[in-house]
Amino acid sequence: MALANKATTEVPQRQGTRPTRQRSLPIISLVLGVLAFASIMIAIPMAFLYAQTDVVQGPAQRIFYFHVPVAAIGMFAFVVMAVASIMYLWKRDERWDWAARASAEIGTVFITLTLITGSIWGRTTWGTWWSWDPKLTASLVLWFMYVGYLMVRSYMGRTSASANAGAVIAIIGVFDVPIIYEAVNLWRGLHPAAQVGVAGALPSDVVLTLLVAFAGFALLYGFLMIQLYQLQKVQTLAQRLRATVEYDIYV
Amino acid sequence: MKRVFFEQMWAILAKDVRYELRSKQTWTSMGMFALLVLVIFNFAFDLHTENTNAVAPGALWVAFIFASLLGLGRTIAAEREQGSMDRLLLCPVDRKAIYLAKLLGNVLFISVVEIVALPVYAALFGVPLLAGGLIPIVLLGTLGIAIIGTLFATMAAATRARELLLPILVFPLIVPVVIAAVRATEALLVPTANEPPWIGLIIAFDIIFLCVSTLTFQYVIEE
Repeated sequence: MALANKATTEVPQRQGTRPTRQRSLPIISLVLGVLAFASIMIAIPMAFLYAQTDVVQGPAQRIFYFHVPVAAIGMFAFVVMAVASIMYLWKRDERWDWAARASAEIGTVFITLTLITGSIWGRTTWGTWWSWDPKLTASLVLWFMYVGYLMVRSYMGRTSASANAGAVIAIIGVFDVPIIYEAVNLWRGLHPAAQVGVAGALPSDVVLTLLVAFAGFALLYGFLMIQLYQLQKVQTLAQRLRATVEYDIYV
Repeated sequence: MKRVFFEQMWAILAKDVRYELRSKQTWTSMGMFALLVLVIFNFAFDLHTENTNAVAPGALWVAFIFASLLGLGRTIAAEREQGSMDRLLLCPVDRKAIYLAKLLGNVLFISVVEIVALPVYAALFGVPLLAGGLIPIVLLGTLGIAIIGTLFATMAAATRARELLLPILVFPLIVPVVIAAVRATEALLVPTANEPPWIGLIIAFDIIFLCVSTLTFQYVIEE
């Protein structure tokens, strides 16, 4: 129905694509995008000029303002993906599947950035690109899960079997991540690695900068989420159209 | 109601076992594979008497996990290739019964391979691997691998790249089992104080994923 006004012929629609009122989504996306850009643009000078230099770690600590928000949102994206997957299996509405896949794609990029920024920081502070610290290991395993999810989705094509498989991976994964963290923690518990952590309260300028960066990346996530959701939707509809055209040719 | 469920489960399990007893393909290849992993490990780590205790648990579990994945991929793929999975799905069988039957079948196949491989390992590595404490670790670890493996083997069997996908999906998810099983095996060889509750971790993993996998299996097999 929503397609009818786009001058297309009837497209076989599976359950779920009810007429949607999503005209407001592009505007929300635009607003989120502008806000994300603005707050990241504010966060960059804040991180480099406003926030005080860390006494122990020196300027290397400034990567923290990007590493922490990106990591947190990368993990949050997995939870969003799992929740959307559960909703998909429950409601059988493919829009939840588009949301899950969109969140997985963003999460993969964010966790990749987390691993890269963390590695750069580790090189300057720990003197090594990688250590099998529980947090690092758990992030790496999370990254593998994201990539596995995307591989399955791309190998299986845009079918309902693919959506089901993806949903199951996301649900199993979201239960597994805490267990993995716990297991890795116990595993390294006997061999404490050099922990560089600042106990106690952080200075207010550090907290403020972190909050601005956090807001920026959260908004960026929202912006990308809407964009990728729309992309998933358009790709699905395009493929369905292509299927009808091929059907017309061969029959 | 409950009796029907177990009868269905038993029927599927008996069919798989009979099929496997006739062809013997999966068991022999899994067993040979597990032994070959040991030989490769021997070259890769240059085993001496002083480092066997550190390397043997790892070698043992790597062999078990790789052999398991080999077998898991085979059992479900055979079902798909012959089209018998579709017929099974057409029968009025509870999907949970199919999953549990496949899971038990896989645990059984992997266990047989392990029973054959363990004495050989103990002899080749010169470690007392046949200690009584090892049996629960091996059983629980195998169950954990099979719970995740059966679910994802079924999923991967529906794709073109099933042999490639299965390890990519399964390895990250079984990380807790790998860590706990290797550590618990190591603790048997070299007892250390204050060892975390590895067996408890595997039991928790098995229970949680047995529930989640049984519930989600229906979405994996139905198209």
